[in-house]
Amino acid sequence: MKRLQVSNRRRIVRALGIAPLLLSGSAGLFSTSQATSTPRVLRFGMTPVFLHDEYQLLERWRRYMEVKLGRQVKFVVRDSYRETMDLLRLKQLDFAWICDYPYIYLQPLLKLLLVPLFGGKPSYRSYLIINTNDHKSHKLLDLRGRIFAYADPFSNTGYLVPRYQLKQLGEDPKNFFRKTFFTWSHRKVIEAVASGLAQAGAVDSFVWETLHLQDPELTDRTRIIGRSEEFGAPPLVAHKDTVSIELFQQVQKMLLGMADDPLGRKLLTALGLDGFSIQQPQLYDSVIRMMRVLGEYPIP
Amino acid sequence: MRRSILRRVFDLSIAHKIPLWGAALILVSTFSVATLLMYRSYGDLRASLIAGSASLGRTLAQTLIPTLLHDNIWRAFELVSAPIHDTIANNPVQPQFILVLTRKMKIFVSSDPNRFPMLTSLRQYGTAYAQLASRIAPDKIASPVVFEAPTSPYLFIAVPIVDGNTRLGTMILMHSLPALNFMFLSSSLSAALFGLLVLAILLPINWYWGYRMATPLLRLTRLMEQIQHEIPQQMELETYDYGDELGRLFSTYNQMVETLQEKAVLEHEMLSSERLAAVGRLTSGIAHEINNPLAGLLTALDTLKHRDNLDQRSQHTLGILERGMLQIKDTVAALLVEARSERRSLQARDLEDIQTLLQGQLQKQQVTLEAELTFTREVAIPAAPVRQILLNLLTNAIQAAGSSGWVKYSASCEASQFRLCVRNTGTPIAEQQLERLFEPFVSYREGGHGLGLWVTYQLVQQLGGHIEATSEDSEVRFLVVLPADEAPIDEVPVDEGTE
Repeated sequence: MKRLQVSNRRRIVRALGIAPLLLSGSAGLFSTSQATSTPRVLRFGMTPVFLHDEYQLLERWRRYMEVKLGRQVKFVVRDSYRETMDLLRLKQLDFAWICDYPYIYLQPLLKLLLVPLFGGKPSYRSYLIINTNDHKSHKLLDLRGRIFAYADPFSNTGYLVPRYQLKQLGEDPKNFFRKTFFTWSHRKVIEAVASGLAQAGAVDSFVWETLHLQDPELTDRTRIIGRSEEFGAPPLVAHKDTVSIELFQQVQKMLLGMADDPLGRKLLTALGLDGFSIQQPQLYDSVIRMMRVLGEYPIP
Repeated sequence: MRRSILRRVFDLSIAHKIPLWGAALILVSTFSVATLLMYRSYGDLRASLIAGSASLGRTLAQTLIPTLLHDNIWRAFELVSAPIHDTIANNPVQPQFILVLTRKMKIFVSSDPNRFPMLTSLRQYGTAYAQLASRIAPDKIASPVVFEAPTSPYLFIAVPIVDGNTRLGTMILMHSLPALNFMFLSSSLSAALFGLLVLAILLPINWYWGYRMATPLLRLTRLMEQIQHEIPQQMELETYDYGDELGRLFSTYNQMVETLQEKAVLEHEMLSSERLAAVGRLTSGIAHEINNPLAGLLTALDTLKHRDNLDQRSQHTLGILERGMLQIKDTVAALLVEARSERRSLQARDLEDIQTLLQGQLQKQQVTLEAELTFTREVAIPAAPVRQILLNLLTNAIQAAGSSGWVKYSASCEASQFRLCVRNTGTPIAEQQLERLFEPFVSYREGGHGLGLWVTYQLVQQLGGHIEATSEDSEVRFLVVLPADEAPIDEVPVDEGTE
């Protein structure tokens, strides 16, 4: 409960902090339409695949990008994947850091920019977590009839993976749990399980591990009872239509260079990343495989 | 029995009753005011808690509508958790738990899912919750419903969640009653301490006030009770010198005592002067009866003495008879106070030359005599009786002063009053002796015949004045006050009394 209070407070700080961000963003947009000679603002979509609500960190990263690229950068932060996906569809974003599940969804529109490295690897897992007070459950099948928290309907590790695992076990994900709900963020899945609102949940390993370092009191109230196979980490993508090849390469180079730059290094550490890597879309074939099992691929 | 106890309480001394009643009134009023204020403050506290909670509940209920409609559990959880902060967990104004119930009285979400997990039925938490469920079950309920059950330590405030005309569910805000009581008690404690402070100030003031009132009243009562037996003393007014009714009562009492004392003195004086007058009439009557035959007897004896043929023995016998009869004559003459025929007004030298007359006695007794005469002009009083009065008093004083004593006398004339005062050292005169001092044949001195002061008294009476004797410590004092006219008049009518 105490942990939740802190996160509530953070939420308020965030709510206050977002206002200047939006203002500065809109001012930027306005100025580009006025003076066509200066390059237009780069729009970067941010989603809850990482701890996207650390606004001070985001601001530092944004400024870093502006300095390195020599142009204005705007971060468009949304709390659900669906909203960022809509923005991409509407060509209102140039770049985005999204989950692999939405990437597969929007693959025709997008170009894989970079894949972050966690622990040196461009991959992550889904963690199955329960409340530490629950001493009886040890595996997914023990959770029958429980209240389960999913992260986001377009989350790989927070929605696709547990349903895929149930299907593999011969269970119907729709009826296996007594009740399921979405928290719209991995961090909130952890909070829901820690508070007892949900009895179990599925969460991004990257978020859990980063939080485990930042806020161990919260993660200590949850216990991991299942670790999935590795999947391609949530990718940074570019919109095929709005991003030129030059810009694509410029941004790719800038982000790759972060690992070699002292300030970039600091930012990567704060983000919980080792760096970025260039990968092929085949990295996400396992996601497609799972979607097929659940009858969600090819996308209707 | 009960009446007699009550009676005993009412019969208590005012010294106890005033402080007791005062203290009882102070205690009763302090406690009743404190109780009323505490009752009001509890009511206000509770009412403001309910009002605040209902307001929070209504706001939350409105915000919760979309979460209920869309089954957005996480958002609902965030909303109901937001008003609850650990830092003010003991404040009763903050709800301890917030529950959101579905129409079927199942928990949709609660601020503490460990205590109230979602999907559980409200009724399963005990009778109080079951009663609450029945209270809020009707489609239309007032907002808010305030519910309290003796079996539950919570104050429940229920706010319906209504969208349009559809009841979606109910929000329950649970406040800790022990925390409310604790808050009330801690505020009451400070009020109680203040009340005790007020008592600590008022009770001593009350005691002192009662003491100031009762002490003089008690004294007055004791003094009044003595009145049947003797004239009591006056009150010491410094114990209560205020101008209120009590103060006036005490000063009136003092005036009454003064009047009584004056009356007693007057009665006493009247008694003694009446007695003296009676004695005077008796003695003068007897003296006259004796004087007439005695004059004849003495004449006869004188004639007899001049006979030649008296033998030695007869002459001796006649001598004895004559001496005896002369002694009787002297005594009778002393009893018959005679006003002299001399009508001369008194002058200072009349009193000065008395010293010369007494010189022999003074030397014999080794007594010093001092005179202080402050009148210079003639006073319209016959000189002879005044001289005799002074002579008698001084003779007495010299006798009483004893060896190496002193005698002082003074005479003054002011505002038609002639005052003569004789003082001397010597054995004090007892109170009972003073009362009979002026009666004839009353003498407290060896060798005195007890007629000097009687004569003096008669003379003073005849001059229309009065005489008083006082004895203090080792000084005896006689004061004679005689009325004197302004101008000397030759013929002052003098009551010749006995002649």
